[in-house]
Amino acid sequence: MAAPPTSRPVEAAAVVTRPREDSDVAGLGRWRAGAFAAPALVLVAIFLVFPALWTLYLGLLDYSLGGTTAQSPQYVGLRNFSDALSDPLFTKALYLTLLYVGFSAVLGQNILGFLLAWYFRTAPGWVRVIVNVLVLLAWILPGSVVAFLWQALLDRNNGTLNEILHTTGTAWTIDHPMIVIIIFNIWRGTAFSMLLYSAALSTVPSSHLEVARLAGARPWQQLRDVVLPTIRRHVLTNTLLITLWTFNDFTPFLITGGGPDNESQTLPVFIYKTALLGKQQLGYGSAFSLLLLVANLIIAVIYIRFLRGSKR
Amino acid sequence: MSGIDPVVRQTLSRIGVYVGVCVATVFFALPLLWLVLTPFSKHPSYRATLNGVSLDNFDKLFHNPQLWRSLRNSIYLAGGTAILVIVLAALASYALSRVRIPGRDQLLYALLLLSSIVTGTAAMVPIFLMLYQLNLLDKQFAVVLVLSGGLLPAAVFMLKDFVDSIPRSYEESARVFGASPSQILRHIVLPLIRPGMATVGVWALVQVWGNFLIPFILLSDEKKYPAAVVMYTFYDTGGQPNFALISTFALVYSVPVVVLYLIVNKRYGFSFQGGIKG
Repeated sequence: MAAPPTSRPVEAAAVVTRPREDSDVAGLGRWRAGAFAAPALVLVAIFLVFPALWTLYLGLLDYSLGGTTAQSPQYVGLRNFSDALSDPLFTKALYLTLLYVGFSAVLGQNILGFLLAWYFRTAPGWVRVIVNVLVLLAWILPGSVVAFLWQALLDRNNGTLNEILHTTGTAWTIDHPMIVIIIFNIWRGTAFSMLLYSAALSTVPSSHLEVARLAGARPWQQLRDVVLPTIRRHVLTNTLLITLWTFNDFTPFLITGGGPDNESQTLPVFIYKTALLGKQQLGYGSAFSLLLLVANLIIAVIYIRFLRGSKR
Repeated sequence: MSGIDPVVRQTLSRIGVYVGVCVATVFFALPLLWLVLTPFSKHPSYRATLNGVSLDNFDKLFHNPQLWRSLRNSIYLAGGTAILVIVLAALASYALSRVRIPGRDQLLYALLLLSSIVTGTAAMVPIFLMLYQLNLLDKQFAVVLVLSGGLLPAAVFMLKDFVDSIPRSYEESARVFGASPSQILRHIVLPLIRPGMATVGVWALVQVWGNFLIPFILLSDEKKYPAAVVMYTFYDTGGQPNFALISTFALVYSVPVVVLYLIVNKRYGFSFQGGIKG
């Protein structure tokens, strides 16, 4: 060996090894590295990339598993899309989805999560722990369990809520299905906003708040002039992520099943019922799936552009 | 505002905060009460009260083979997906971290973008149809493959971050002393990235354990249903539910998620977030 054993290994390696990629320290080489990455990439290509691309094509077909087109799907061009725009069930589902996302995520989870994080700054330790545990539990428990918990809470005859309010006989999920799933989703998802804003608020320098307070700023003035400008990025990140998730949320199905009379049928539930239930109109359903994909793409691109822009 | 005495205003705002916190606490606690109380109740019903403590309900659960089977199915789906994701993500992330393959960074970002766009709800139609045409519907391993495909981009991303943070000097020293690539991988790299693999594995376990939609649309034989789908069939079928079974089952099914979350949260804090929901 040219270098004495006492010299630093980094330099020794540079002397000993043949010229190759400077970072390839284990000596894999490009081909073996490609073979290492291939299985993961193949699985992603088959089960993630291909379905997304195939949706484009399927949306152009008249294809259902139940009827006469099961064996030979017909190419119908853009008819599925023009039918979709005049389908009152679709426009209703779209409207309900916007209500659901707007009130439960953009407003509900965002504001409640921020208020909790803001309160935690000065709250006594034991209160913070209790509220934290409850909010986190609502978030991490499996979806079908929490859906049943809400069924039990809202049950018409024996539900805990009716007992507390002395309103036995009120069928909440039938009389007010949209309000139920909106409040449910605030309960379910506030934890993420709370955690994110807690982390964000810890980055606000306390000296800035101190200066504001000494200058006579009220709490809400401190909030508006000191805190919000500092955590603006976090607010946007949080809003985009919870919008994306809520937009694709299938849990309302577990609580109201989209009913009664499609009154709480958001887009994911509508797609499921159109494409996979009953007549199984796969082509028609794919047209709506494509719309969901495009909406997701728009949100994700805004998010990424924004992240890149703020790094500069 | 200026007309109010500052002491009065401070008292009022403090009362307002207390009331708000109490309301929020009740709001978050109320639905959870049922899960905590009913499994131990003598006469379980929709009502979340404790009328006499007993463990009879658990006895009924232990003698119900269908429910144990569903938990075994959940273990199979979650465990299978976690192992597949860990192995493939470890191989890919190590290679992508240490060897400069052309277009690597663009590839990683494209994958991450895709995995957040192509959610289970957006892709359920093409995935269902693809498995239908391949004759893979109602096969549990197909569910494992679909779920792994969805989780892998985020897993590779997380693990590559982890591998990037490990100094290269360990591998370089081994190299200097004449270790072959496979020896370096087995004896140096594997022990080093094991904590990262554990995190990704737990993350995948939790994601699959709670996933309802994918097994719900891809499996049709009740014997293959995981706990998430069985939980739903409980109240979907109509009639008076068997509260003794549902409540204990819900609790047994939920506990692993809470335990795993506590472990990861204690070790790694907030980094547990990220990836696909729904």
